[in-house]
This record gives sequence, structure tokens and C-alpha cells, in this order.
Amino acid sequence: MAEQKAILEVDDVTIRFGGLTALDQVSFDIREGEILGLIGPNGAGKTTCFNVMTGVYQATSGQVRFDGRPLANLKRHKITKLGIARTFQNIRLFKSMTVLENVMVGADAHSKVSFFEALFRLPRHRHTEAESLARAEYLLELVGITARHDELAANLSYGDQRRLEIARAMATGPKLLCLDEPAAGFNPAEKQRLMELIRRVRDEGYTVLLIEHDMRLVMGVTDRIVVLEFGKKIAEGAPAEIRDNPAVIAAYLGVDEEDAS
Amino acid sequence: MMTLVRTLLAWIADHWDAIIDRYNALPVVSKVAISTTIALFFFALPILRPPIITTNQIDFGGVMFLVAITALIAVGLNIVIGYAGLLDLGYVGFYAVGAYTTGVLTSHHGSWPFWLVLPVAIAITMISGVLLGTPTLRVRGDYLAIVTLGFGEIIRISAKNIEWLGASAGIKDIPPPNSFGPAATPPFDPGGFFTIPHLEWDGFVPGISETRETAVLIFGVRDAIPYYWLALLALILVLIGDRLIKSSRIGRAWEATREDEDAAELMGVPTFKYKLMAFSLGAAIGGLAGAFKASSQGGFISPESFPLLLSILFVAAVIVGGSGNRWGVIVGASLVAYLPERFRGFEDYRYLVFGLALMLLAIWRPEGLLPPRRARRAKAVEAEIEALQGSDVEAVKDRG
Repeated sequence: MAEQKAILEVDDVTIRFGGLTALDQVSFDIREGEILGLIGPNGAGKTTCFNVMTGVYQATSGQVRFDGRPLANLKRHKITKLGIARTFQNIRLFKSMTVLENVMVGADAHSKVSFFEALFRLPRHRHTEAESLARAEYLLELVGITARHDELAANLSYGDQRRLEIARAMATGPKLLCLDEPAAGFNPAEKQRLMELIRRVRDEGYTVLLIEHDMRLVMGVTDRIVVLEFGKKIAEGAPAEIRDNPAVIAAYLGVDEEDAS
Repeated sequence: MMTLVRTLLAWIADHWDAIIDRYNALPVVSKVAISTTIALFFFALPILRPPIITTNQIDFGGVMFLVAITALIAVGLNIVIGYAGLLDLGYVGFYAVGAYTTGVLTSHHGSWPFWLVLPVAIAITMISGVLLGTPTLRVRGDYLAIVTLGFGEIIRISAKNIEWLGASAGIKDIPPPNSFGPAATPPFDPGGFFTIPHLEWDGFVPGISETRETAVLIFGVRDAIPYYWLALLALILVLIGDRLIKSSRIGRAWEATREDEDAAELMGVPTFKYKLMAFSLGAAIGGLAGAFKASSQGGFISPESFPLLLSILFVAAVIVGGSGNRWGVIVGASLVAYLPERFRGFEDYRYLVFGLALMLLAIWRPEGLLPPRRARRAKAVEAEIEALQGSDVEAVKDRG
């Protein structure tokens, strides 16, 4: 694959919570149009890494740049507007809003409609509303939950809630879509469908960062993989390389470092 | 009797969605016709003086005015509590700011006409909402409740101690809104463009009263009905605005913020901005109600007109009615304002009865008399799941 432009650069990022170093000088790039897998055993720092990218945590040292622009000190909703969207490991939908409304909230991220435009139903309000609605309906179709668009989010099945999270994040019009363990709690058939969905999302022109536990899913869908263990990056490369990497095998199978090397 | 009331309430709440949906499906002409009829009925209510609901110990027009401004307040507070999920326990503070602005500008330190003061009072209350909201909306949940509780008291105690605001004596002789039509020439000509006689009921037989009439449109000391009309008109306008805003991106942003502030922020909602917007809009509506209160019959306000208890009553109106549903909170406000006046005959026991009624409501319908659609639907699904689980248990028992 031709070398593509890096859309997000994680540059030497360290995060400490008191005495605990959650991320230790981690660097990697996400290239435009790829599906990058971020894997590692429990507590390796995957979600922390995610949270730095979306502005939930600030890096103790190092920098995250998106489209060449440092993200430090940017408000979280501003980061979303720049083009990074995410889903949550423990589903966080707007439970008592309808499925459609959930996606519309995401679609509103780029709306410039002001209070008075909304109050007096001025043309911009009407256009934006129609666009958001069309976009939301398209995305619900894409993730396959159109039939339930009028249902409360809380009343969806677990799998559909995960799909809705993806649709909501995509509605914000991101360049980079970060999925935090989207397959958690899925059975193999659902995982298969999710893999297809992730590929479709990429084909729509999004760059995808996938945090995932399930090795088969990660190996099957990603273009490249970054492996974290205890807050450090231990490997990076194509799925085939990662599969045969002794350090990764050791991390996952719990072999001592000395034995593995 | 109790069970009957209970069943009736449940029936209305259960069929409310169907009623609203059917209304929304109507052609525009029918919608306008129905809304106008309902609005006209409410405008005419104190003139019709229907039996049973008419208060006889106290001027019915005055009670209806009180109901209308309480409803206005509840609709404003509903934006803050019901939509944006911010528990504001100091709402009476904004009511007081609106009332004091009106009092100061029309009588105490100026003699501005009411119609000029009205927008100023709204603007000043809104600014006070922004000033209070900017530091406090950074705290969440219970803390916000405590901070706003403090605000309500600060306003009252400041008013009590600032000589410029009339201190404990308050502000008196606040002029009523300027009348329309020829002025009254006592003792026989009530003034106005024309007069509308009230109905009088002999049991359930209506007749036209010879003594009671309302002059259109004179804001005087004798008749509270024009004040009620003014407050009702404001309520209708606020309701229309409320509906337009609620069904736009702004309403969605409020609800998303209420549901999960962090998730909303990460979906691109500037939550602080929207919380501040809800808070100051709510404040402005409270200020509007305050301006009406100050310039109502009697034209007197004092720090004691704005006790903490009133804040609690406003929150009670919103919760009892169904936080998040604009019609629900109007029902709640009507009960809170109307019941104590209707049962004046019970003397001081009326508050005991009122308190008991609130308690019973809290037990029977914790989600409010007319909760928003979301609450009802969530409850319906819960009941469904419960029923399914129940039948599972039964099935297992059968097999066993």
C-alpha cells in the first residue's frame, strides 16, 4: 500500500495518574483511509490512549496532532468538530431520546443554526434540519437499524445499541472514527456482521481506529495494528506480522519476557 | 373516590400521546380552529365562572391570574429542570428580580410605563441568569441545587437590607399596566372600549350577572380579569416559543446534556453553552412572571413576597405535573396555585390537605401527572419486561 498521509499523530505521549504511568512514551500514526487496530491485554492503556485523542485526558508530556494541529487544551466538543468521533466501551447513548434523535444530536455538531433562527424557523434552520434528518436516516440505514428509528434508545437490544453508537458518532461527520471495543458482548455471527459494517464504514471514506479484544476480529478487519502492553507500545505492523511477533504472543499468552525473546 | 380519581388520571396520561398524535395529524385549519377554541375558553373562564371550580371565598379572576403566572413560571422552570436537567431551587430569585426591576422602574425610582419596563425586566433577569449561571453551571447535580438555593435567599435578604430597594417595607403603589381605551370615570363609567358582563350560576343554570362586568381593557383595582388575560397571552406566546425551540437542535442539545453530559460533549455539543442558555431563558421567563406580579392589583412587593417556600412550590409544580412535559407542568402549576385558594374554607387546614395531596401524588405517580412521552414509553417497556419475566416464572413453575 502506498504511504498515505498521517491523519493523526500520537507523538511520544506519556500520561501519569499520580504514581501510575498509564501511557509511557507511546508514538504511532493513523493514516488516512486505513483501519488501524489498537490492541493489548486488559489495562494496557488502550482506552487511556483513546481518551487522550478525544480530549478527555490531557497528556502529561508529548503531543497528539490531528491534521497537523496539536489537540492539547482544545475543548472536547471542538475536537469533535475538527473531525474525531468516538463510541464508548460501556455504551453511553442518550437513553430516553429516540434512536433518530440520538443520531440527530451527532449531526447537529456542524450546525450553525442560532437560537433566533430556530425560534423563527428561518431558512437556515429548515435546510439544516432537513439535511441532518436525511443524514441521520442514511446512517441508520447503513448500520441497519432504520426499522427502529422511532424507538427509545434505552429500549434497543444490546447489539442495536452498539450500532446506534456507531451511527451517532458517524453523524458528527468525522474524518477519524474511533471505536472502543465495539464487539464487546457480541456472539460470533454478530461479530461477523460488525466486521462487514466496519469495512463499509471505511469504504465510505472514514479512517477507523479500532480498539478490540477479539484477535480474530482485529486480524480480519484491520490494515495495521499497534500493540500496547503496560502503557508501552510493543509492536506495530500488518496483521500477519503482529500474529507472528513473539513479544505480542508473550503479552497475550502471559509468557515471561526472557522466554519469549 | 380516590380510586376513581386515580384511574381517571392514569387514563388521561395513557391516552395523552394518542390525543397529541391525532391533533398533530390534523390539517392546519383544524389545528388552528381547535387551538383557538381552547385558548378562547381559557380567556373566557373567569367570565363564565363555571360552578364547582369557581372560587367563592376569593375573587375568581385574581385566582386565575395567580394560576396563569404560576403556569408561566412552571413552563420557564421546566426548560431548566425538565429539558436541561438542571435542578434549580432558587427560581424565586429570578421571579423577585423581575418584580423588583418593575417596581423600581415604574414607581420607586422612575415612572416608566409598564410596557417599556416589561422588556427591560426580562432582559435584566436574563442577565442575572447569565451572571449566576456562568460560575455555578460548572458544578453538577446536587451542588447546583445547593448553589441556586443560596441564590434565591441572597436575593431576598439583599432586597430586605438594601434601602434603595425599599428594605423590609418593600415597594408599594406600583402602577398597573397602562390601560387601553377610554379611562374610567368613577363611580359609574368603568371605561374601556366596551364591557363584558359575567355569567352567574344558579345551581347549574346560567344567567347574566347584573353587577359583575369586565371593562376591555382597563387594568384597574377592581377587576383582576384583564391582568389574567395579559398573563395568559404571555403564557401562550411562551408556549409557542417553547415548542419551536424544543423541537430544534437546541432542544435536542438540552436533552442530550441532561441524559449524559460527557457523551453529549464528545458528540460535539457545547454543553456549558446550552446549559447557560436554558438557565437564562428560564430566568427570563421567571422575570416576566415577576413583572406581572409586581404590577398586578395592589401593586405591592416586599422581600416577604419571595420566600424560599415559593421556590419549592415551583419545583413541586414541575415535578407533580410531569417534568419535561409543557402541558404537564401547567397542570402541576394550576394545582399548586389553585387548590389552596379553592379550599380557603378549610382555613389553615388547607395547607395540610394540600401537603397530603402532594404526598399522595408523589406515591401514586412519581413520574408526574402528565410525564413526557419518553418517561411513559420507558415505563411501558419496563412493564412489558416485567410481564414477560412474570410469565417466564409461571412457565417454569408449570413445567416444574
